[in-house]
Amino acid sequence: MKIGTPKEIFQGENRVAMTPASAKDLQKLGYECIIETGAGTGAGFSDQAYKDAGVEVVKTAAALYKAADIVAKVRPPSDTEVKRLRTGQTLISFFYPAQNKELMEAANEKGATVIAMDMVPRISRAQKMDALSSMANIAGYRAVIEAGNNFGRFFTGQVTAAGKVPPAKVLVVGAGVAGLAAIGTATSLGAITYAFDVRPEVAEQVESMGAEFVFLDFEEEQQDGSATGGYAAVSSPEFAAAQLAKFREIAPEIDIVITTALIPGRDAPELWTKDMVDAMKPGSVIIDLAAERGGNCKLTVMDEKIVTDNGVTIVGYTDFPSRMAAQSSTLYATNIRHMMTDLTPEKDGTPKHNMEDDVIRGATATHEGEITFPPPPPKVAAIAAAPKKEKPKELTAEEKRANEVAAFQKETKTQVGLLGIGAALILGIGLIPGMPASFMQHFIVFVLSVFIGFQVIWNVAHSLHTPLMAVTNAISSIIILGALIQIGSSNALITVLAALGIFMAAVNIFGGFLVTRRMLAMFQKS
Amino acid sequence: MENAFTIAAYVVAGILFILSLGGLSGQESAKRAVWYGIAGMALAVFATLVGPGSGLGLLSVVLIGLGGMVGYQLATKVEMTQMPELVAIMHSMVGLAAVFVGFNADLMINTMSALYEANGQVLGAVGADGITAIGLPKEAYEGLSAFGQLIAKKSSVEISILRVELVLGIWIGAVTFTGSVIAYAKLAGNSSKLPFKVDTGANKLPGGHLLNAGAAALSVILLIAYMGGSGSWALVLLTLAGLFIGYHLIMGIGGADMPVVVSMLNSYSGWAAAAIGFSLGNDLLIVVGALVGSSGAILSYIMCKAMNRSFVSVILGGFGGPQGEQMAVEGEQIAIDADGVATALNEADSIIIIPGYGMAVAQAQQAVSELVRKLRAKGKNVRFAIHPVAGRLPGHMNVLLAEAKVPYDIVMEMDEINEDFPDTDVAIVIGSNDIVNPAAQDDPNSPIAGMPVLECWKAKQVFVSKRGQGTGYSGIENPLFFKDNTRMFYGDAKKSLDELLPKID
Repeated sequence: MKIGTPKEIFQGENRVAMTPASAKDLQKLGYECIIETGAGTGAGFSDQAYKDAGVEVVKTAAALYKAADIVAKVRPPSDTEVKRLRTGQTLISFFYPAQNKELMEAANEKGATVIAMDMVPRISRAQKMDALSSMANIAGYRAVIEAGNNFGRFFTGQVTAAGKVPPAKVLVVGAGVAGLAAIGTATSLGAITYAFDVRPEVAEQVESMGAEFVFLDFEEEQQDGSATGGYAAVSSPEFAAAQLAKFREIAPEIDIVITTALIPGRDAPELWTKDMVDAMKPGSVIIDLAAERGGNCKLTVMDEKIVTDNGVTIVGYTDFPSRMAAQSSTLYATNIRHMMTDLTPEKDGTPKHNMEDDVIRGATATHEGEITFPPPPPKVAAIAAAPKKEKPKELTAEEKRANEVAAFQKETKTQVGLLGIGAALILGIGLIPGMPASFMQHFIVFVLSVFIGFQVIWNVAHSLHTPLMAVTNAISSIIILGALIQIGSSNALITVLAALGIFMAAVNIFGGFLVTRRMLAMFQKS
Repeated sequence: MENAFTIAAYVVAGILFILSLGGLSGQESAKRAVWYGIAGMALAVFATLVGPGSGLGLLSVVLIGLGGMVGYQLATKVEMTQMPELVAIMHSMVGLAAVFVGFNADLMINTMSALYEANGQVLGAVGADGITAIGLPKEAYEGLSAFGQLIAKKSSVEISILRVELVLGIWIGAVTFTGSVIAYAKLAGNSSKLPFKVDTGANKLPGGHLLNAGAAALSVILLIAYMGGSGSWALVLLTLAGLFIGYHLIMGIGGADMPVVVSMLNSYSGWAAAAIGFSLGNDLLIVVGALVGSSGAILSYIMCKAMNRSFVSVILGGFGGPQGEQMAVEGEQIAIDADGVATALNEADSIIIIPGYGMAVAQAQQAVSELVRKLRAKGKNVRFAIHPVAGRLPGHMNVLLAEAKVPYDIVMEMDEINEDFPDTDVAIVIGSNDIVNPAAQDDPNSPIAGMPVLECWKAKQVFVSKRGQGTGYSGIENPLFFKDNTRMFYGDAKKSLDELLPKID
C-alpha cells in the first residue's frame, strides 16, 4: 500500500509528516511512500532528498490523494482536503475531534478512517507515538529561546571585568511536558528557575530538572493526578486564590514567565493577571504557550508579540513547533512511523486496524463509516493510582479515653485468661494422685524461674541480643554442677562421663563469659 | 549434699544470674551485668566443690582449668563475624553435657537397684505410710556418694518421675547437640572445622516431616518401654532418636532462618539443663535452665515476629509456597559507579545505612565505619537501621558495628528509624535483601508478605551494594532494585567501599 504526505496548506506551517529517514523505515514495513512536491521545503528536506530515499514525488495534492491509501499529515485537514478523501482511505494527522465535530462528520461521510495523533492515549507503550508530547517538548524549548531573544540580558549570572550581571529569574507555570522542557532549557542556560504546578506530585520532577518548586501555603486534598491521565484538573476557587496571591508576591522579581497551563477540553485558566504584568520590571518577557486557548495571561494576543505600556513583552505565538520545523518534522515523522509499526504487525505493507488495541482504538476518530469518538477509557491506566494515604484520625479526648479503657479491659481479659489457664494447669499437676511433694517443690522453683525469665528478658535491648545469647550460653553451663556431684561416684563409667561433662561445660563457661565481655567492651558511645 | 551453705550459695548465685540477664537492658549496665554472671557462676561452682558429696575435687578443678583454657582460646581468637558459629557450637556442648549427666543418673539408678538387691531389698519400696521410701541399712547408705544417697532414698513414684525427667533431659540434650552441630556447619560454611560440610540450603531427607514425626513417636514408645523397666538399651535408642531429630530438623531449615534456629537451640539447651536439674533435685540448675529456656524462647518469638512467620512454620522448614501469582517486577536495575555514589554522599545531609549479612560476609564493617567517620566529620547525619533479623544471629549487626567502633547511639532499631526514611537524602543498603523488600508490603502474594521491612525506598536515593543481580536467601525478586530512585553499586561490599572512601572529601 502507499503512504502519501501532502504539502501542508495551513498558512505558516513548515512541518511535514514524512522525512527521508522516516520514509526509509516505512518502506521496511512494506509500504510505498509518495510525497507532494515541495512538501519538505519548509523543514529543509528537498525533493531530491526524498527521491534519494526512494520516495515517489508527485506534482499535485490531488494526484497524491488519488494515489495514496494512507495520507499522513500534520495539521487537521481543511475542507478541501476532506473532500479529497475517499472510502477506505486512512488519514493520520492531528485532528482534535472534540473541537472539530463537523470536520469529523465530513470525513466520516467520505468513508475514510481518521487516526487522530492527538488522541493517542497516555500509556507507557504509546509514548513513542505521543506526538503531543514531542511537540510540547519543542514548544517548551523554543519558548525559552524566544524569551531569550526578546530579553535584553544574560540568563546566567556573570562577574566580568565590565561589571556584575545578575542571573535571570524564570518562572515556569505548569510542569507538563512543555513546562519541564522549558525548565530544563532555562536551567541549562544558567537562569534561576522556579516552577509551579497544581499537581504537587510533580514537584519531584521539577526539582529533578533543576528548578525550585513554588509551594503554596495551602492545605487541600488534591485530586490524584492519575484519575485524569496525568493531566491537570480544575482546582478549587480557594486554591486558585492562594495560587494567584503567591504569583502576585513573586511577580516583581521574575524576569521571564513561561505559562503552559492547559486543562483538557477547557479554556486556558487565567494565572498571570494584569496587575502582575504591571508589577513586572520593564524588559521582562512573558511567553504564553496557552495562547491558542485564550492564554494564561489575558493580555496575550494570539500569534502576536506585544509590548505593554510598562515595557513587558508578551509573546503569544502558537506555532513554536513550526518555527523549528526540521526538528519537529523529524520527531513527528517518527511518531507517525511508530503508529504505522503498530498498525502493521505483519510488516507486509497492509495496515491491520485492530480496534481491540487500546492505542489504536483511542486514536481512531472514524472507522468503516462510523464515528468512534470518543473512545472508551483505556484498559491500562496511564499512571498507577497512588495508594490512598490513610490519615491518622484525630481522636477526641473521649474516644482516646474509651480506647484506653477498651485496651485495658482487653489486656486484663487476656492476662486473667492466661493466669487462669496457667493456674489450672499447675493445680492439675498438683492433683495427680501420688505426686510427691518433693517434686512439687522443685516444680514451684521452675515455674517461678520461667516467670522471672519472661519478665526480665523482654527488657533486653535489641542490640544486645548477641551478648544475651552468649551470656545465657555461659550460664546454661550450670549443668556443670550435675557433673560435679556425679564425678565422685564409685562407678567408673559415671566418673568418665561426668569428667567429660565438666570439661565441656567449663569450655562453655569461660568461652561464653569472655566473649560476652569482649563484645560489650566494643559498644561505645559517640 | 543437703547442706545449708550450698543452698544459701545457690540462692545468691540465682539472684546474680537474674541480675546478669536483667542488666542487658542497656549497653552500660550490661558491662556490669557480665560480672554478676561470672560471680554467680564462680560461687555456684565453688559451693558445689566444697559442699558435701563432691568427690575427686582435684580432678574436677583440673578439668575446669583445662576447659577454661580451651574456652579462653575460643573466645579470644574468634572473629566477630564468626559469632553465630561460636554460639552454635557452644550450644552443642551444653547439649552433650546434658546427655552425659542424664546417662549418669540412669547408671546410678541401676547401681542403686543392684545394691538394694544385694541387701535383699527393692529400690523405691515404700514404708508403712505409703510415701517414704524404706532406705538402705545405715552402714550401706553411709558408704554411698552424695549422688548415690540422693537416689537411694527415693520412693518408687519419685524414681519414676526421676526417669521421666532424665529422659527429657537426655532427649532435649541430644536434639540440641546435633541441631547445634548442624547449625554450626551451616553458619560456618567453608570455614567449618568439622570433617563434613553442609550447604546452607534447606535439605530434607525423603519423607520430610514424616521422618521427624516418626522419630518423635518412636521416642515416646521408647520412653514407655524404659519406664516399664526395659533397661538402658531403650535409653540409648531414645538418645539416637533425639540425635536424629536434631540433625534432620536443622538440615531442613534454610540459612535465612538461622536467627530463629540459634535462639531456639539456645532455649533448648536451657530446658535440657532444667530437666537435668529436676532429676538431680538441684534447684539452681532448674532456675538457670528456666531462665535460659525462657530467654531463648522470647528471642525466637521476637525473630519470628520480625519475619512475620509463625514459629511452627520456621521449625518445619522453608518458606511456604506462594499462594498466587507474584507481582511481576517492571523496569531494570541501573548500575552506578563509585564516583556517582561519592557525589551523592557528598551532597547529602542525612544518610541511613542498612547493613545485612552480606556486610558480614565481605568483612566490610571496618570500611563502613571509616565511611561513617568521614561523613560524620563533615557534619552529616549518618545513622544505621538494623532489622531484627539482619545477619545470622539476633543482634549480629550491632556486634559487628560495635567491633568496628561505630558508636551505638547512631545504630537504630527498625521501629525507631522507619519513619525517618522520607526525610533522608541517601539510604545505603549493604548486603541486605529481604529485609528491604517492598514486596512485603505491596504484594499480598509474596512469600514474605506482611513481614515488617525497612522502608528505605522512601529515601530520596537508594544505593544498593550487592555482589550481583541474584536474589536473596529466600529467592524472592526484590522490586527495590528496580525502583527509579535505586542505583545498584555492584561488587564485593568491602572492595566497593574501599573504592568509595578516597572519593569522599
